[in-house]
Amino acid sequence: MLSPAVLGALVSTTAELLRRAHDDDPFDVASAEQAGSLLVEAHFTDSGVLARAVALLQSWPAADDRGPALTGAFAAGWSAALRERTLREQESMRLAVDMARKGAEKALFASEARFQAVFETAAIGIGIGDLDGNILAVNGALEGMFGAPASEIRNLSVDMLVHPEDAPGVWDAYRELITGKREHFQCDKPYYRRDGEVIWTHLTVSLIRDEEGVPRYQVAMLEDITDPHRMQERLRYQATHDPLTGLPNRTAFFERLEGLFEESTEPAARFGLCSVDLDGFKGINDSLGHEAGDQLLALVSDRLQSCLAPMGHLVARLGGDEFIVLLEHCRGPQEGIAVAQTVLGALAPPFLIGDQQLGIRASIGVVEQQISATTPGAAMRSADLTMYRAKKEGRGRWTLFDPERNAVAASKYAMSVRIPMALDRGEFFIEYQPLCSLSDGAMVAVEALVRWRHPELGVLGPDEFITSAEDSGLIIPLGRWVLLQACEQTARWAARFGSAAPRINVNLAVRQARNAGLLADIDRILRTSGLEPGRLQLEITESAMLGPRDPALPALRALVDMGVSLTVDDFGTGWSNLAYLRHLPVSGLKIAGSFVEDLRTAPAEEGDPLGQRIIGGLVSLAHSLGLTVTAEGVETEADAARLRELGCDWAQGWYYGRPARPGDITRRIAEAANSAAAR
Amino acid sequence: MARQHWVPEGTDQDTPNVARVYDCYLGGSHNFAVDREMARKAISMWPDLPLIMRANRAFLRRAVQFLAGEGITRFLDIGSGIPTFGAVHEVAREIRPDTRVVYVDLDPVAVQHSRLILEGDPLCRVVQEDMRDPEALLAHPAVAELLRPGEPVGVLLVAVLHFVKDEEDPGRIVRVLHDAVPSGSALVVSHASREGRPEVVEEHEELYKRTPTPITMRTRDQIVALFDGFEPVEPGVVYMPEWHPDLPDSVGPHPELMCGLAGVGRRL
Repeated sequence: MLSPAVLGALVSTTAELLRRAHDDDPFDVASAEQAGSLLVEAHFTDSGVLARAVALLQSWPAADDRGPALTGAFAAGWSAALRERTLREQESMRLAVDMARKGAEKALFASEARFQAVFETAAIGIGIGDLDGNILAVNGALEGMFGAPASEIRNLSVDMLVHPEDAPGVWDAYRELITGKREHFQCDKPYYRRDGEVIWTHLTVSLIRDEEGVPRYQVAMLEDITDPHRMQERLRYQATHDPLTGLPNRTAFFERLEGLFEESTEPAARFGLCSVDLDGFKGINDSLGHEAGDQLLALVSDRLQSCLAPMGHLVARLGGDEFIVLLEHCRGPQEGIAVAQTVLGALAPPFLIGDQQLGIRASIGVVEQQISATTPGAAMRSADLTMYRAKKEGRGRWTLFDPERNAVAASKYAMSVRIPMALDRGEFFIEYQPLCSLSDGAMVAVEALVRWRHPELGVLGPDEFITSAEDSGLIIPLGRWVLLQACEQTARWAARFGSAAPRINVNLAVRQARNAGLLADIDRILRTSGLEPGRLQLEITESAMLGPRDPALPALRALVDMGVSLTVDDFGTGWSNLAYLRHLPVSGLKIAGSFVEDLRTAPAEEGDPLGQRIIGGLVSLAHSLGLTVTAEGVETEADAARLRELGCDWAQGWYYGRPARPGDITRRIAEAANSAAAR
Repeated sequence: MARQHWVPEGTDQDTPNVARVYDCYLGGSHNFAVDREMARKAISMWPDLPLIMRANRAFLRRAVQFLAGEGITRFLDIGSGIPTFGAVHEVAREIRPDTRVVYVDLDPVAVQHSRLILEGDPLCRVVQEDMRDPEALLAHPAVAELLRPGEPVGVLLVAVLHFVKDEEDPGRIVRVLHDAVPSGSALVVSHASREGRPEVVEEHEELYKRTPTPITMRTRDQIVALFDGFEPVEPGVVYMPEWHPDLPDSVGPHPELMCGLAGVGRRL
């Protein structure tokens, strides 16, 4: 390691010292010792060096008998220096270790102090507990939130912090956390303060594991959301309660009704609705003024509430002079009728408004059904129509729901006359149902399905109003509106997603097809919406199929020339003469859902059931004409598999997606596009 | 919450430490029983190790002497370990008494020890940094001060790059250093190589896996590639004893037994 110069100097110095020890008189022991220690200083610390030096010195005869003493002194000098050096180095090493450790401890302490400061001064409450639920430490913010000193909070156990309004599942999540099955959970949770007040918090609980991954602690972080929570409650109350009477409003009532339907598991469970409408209320309002009318409504709701709430029934005000009562558990129509009679009885005594005695009567429609037999919307409509019957039959009475009479009433229920107004008021909206390729499940098109949010009847499907719209001719403006909406929506999808966007199927009623303005309407709609004609497909039902001399044919052919395609809806249910396929330029067929249903209900062991043969035949016929075949009513994977085997091209039905709002379809396209991009 | 019980890295006397084991090889006493135990094991497996370490130390001396002779007065010694015998400032100052050195090591004990030794030396600094984060290393005030533009610097990566794993990209570390030093600066590298004694490579790597600093021995090509961007100083990358020997016969008959490859490059 030493450079030749340094080494040379070392050699001559030690040689001179040893020469002196060897020759000088008297014998100079110190020189021999110094020679030994010089070697150690020059880093010759290997014991082999000493051995070789001793051997060399021993073979060097001295004038007197000082030889052994010289060698000994050299060795002593070497080993004393080595010992000195070793101790010095060990000491400096330990000092360095000690300093390094202290430095690290200082850094650790500083970091602990920092964390302690963060913990103490954090604006959110932080609590640390062990896995038995003992609270070990809490910070100042948490003390403030609970209105209690840390010493007191530490006496609590996490399990004691239950509150009746805890969200369902919170404690399951907590148990999963402390048993190491989950790492954290979040929820909004109320706590009792020491003074009994309730605070609402946004809570995050995390599991802390040690270096070996064993769960050790839980850390809870609580953000005080009491004020926003109260505000939200208030807003919710306002949104769900009628300000005049304090009764739940339509929204709240419908939520409760839907809740009842969702929670119901018992197939035989029954429920009741009483639709209560005051008779002649408009007259009171007009003659005595709104103020008196409002007072009357408040008094009526008080009476209803005081006689029905004790029975456990929910009373709501739907608007104006309409009230409704929900009977959540019913054993038969007699209970609904009993409620109606109670209401009539409660309203019988006159009301005192100012200094006037006012009598008011009501008409009540009673619906009492199995929950599984209806839907919330249909039940509300039934109750309404039943109530109208009571009005018609002379007011001041109840009538019981009669499905047949209701059906007739529904169709007559001034349905079509309302359509123009409903269009103006924006009561119609469109849902889109996916049509998917059977080969890979990709959404190739969507069918536009019009819905009517009827103010009295709730949401109606096309079956419930299209026929009357056709009869009245109102299908023309309605159909135009649907086409425009659907084309605009599809153009937006196309602009955003390009080729990944679905095509659009829109139903064309026969009356629309024969309308002289059809071609111009569609041309204008395509231009204003900017939709490529190739993306539009019009569906015409087979039953409405046109003969060879039908006036609609030229317009339909012109549409096809523009690039719009035509498809036959409900194929197989209507006219069995397939001749029209020759003069109508259709490009696809939709097989009615009933065929698919047959396919499903046929016992599997019947090797080649009729339904299967029919579909197979339809498919080969369609394919021989170059038509695309879409199967409707596909509800299961098994349906899809069979239809795929039978050669169908596309499918539509619950298995591939229910009718959905445009936003849901947008998400679906985006997800498909993303996963395609990911591949 | 109970405080986590832990011992700062490198101050743990139950785990061998690379700087202290190196000191053992050199015959020093800056080490603990566990370090000596590891050194003994390594030597029993490979008796030449102390000689190799000495050869490495001697290469460091010759390289520093060479650069000092070329007029370099600033040195950045990365992975300096425990600067016992023949530290860079001692060697260089025999030629250039105004030499400044910044010693860099990751090991807190080596750093503290160096500070004890260099206390009161106004021209030397010791910093604790990890060369695997060369940007942070260069940003340290003492290093930044040393690298003031204009004056070339000797960057020493002696027996240290083999403690950088492939995935930690030793080439990138050298490139970052290259870009940070002024033109005329020099790079000094010695590196454990897989050549010379291929039969002991694996066993040796295995042994170092037990320390917090496992070793990655590299091929000649890989070591030569570390000098990318530098102009090689004659004779290029060679076995350590072959690099500028003090005397022609101090190379010895079998320089390849001193497995380490070494070289010096100039930044243009």
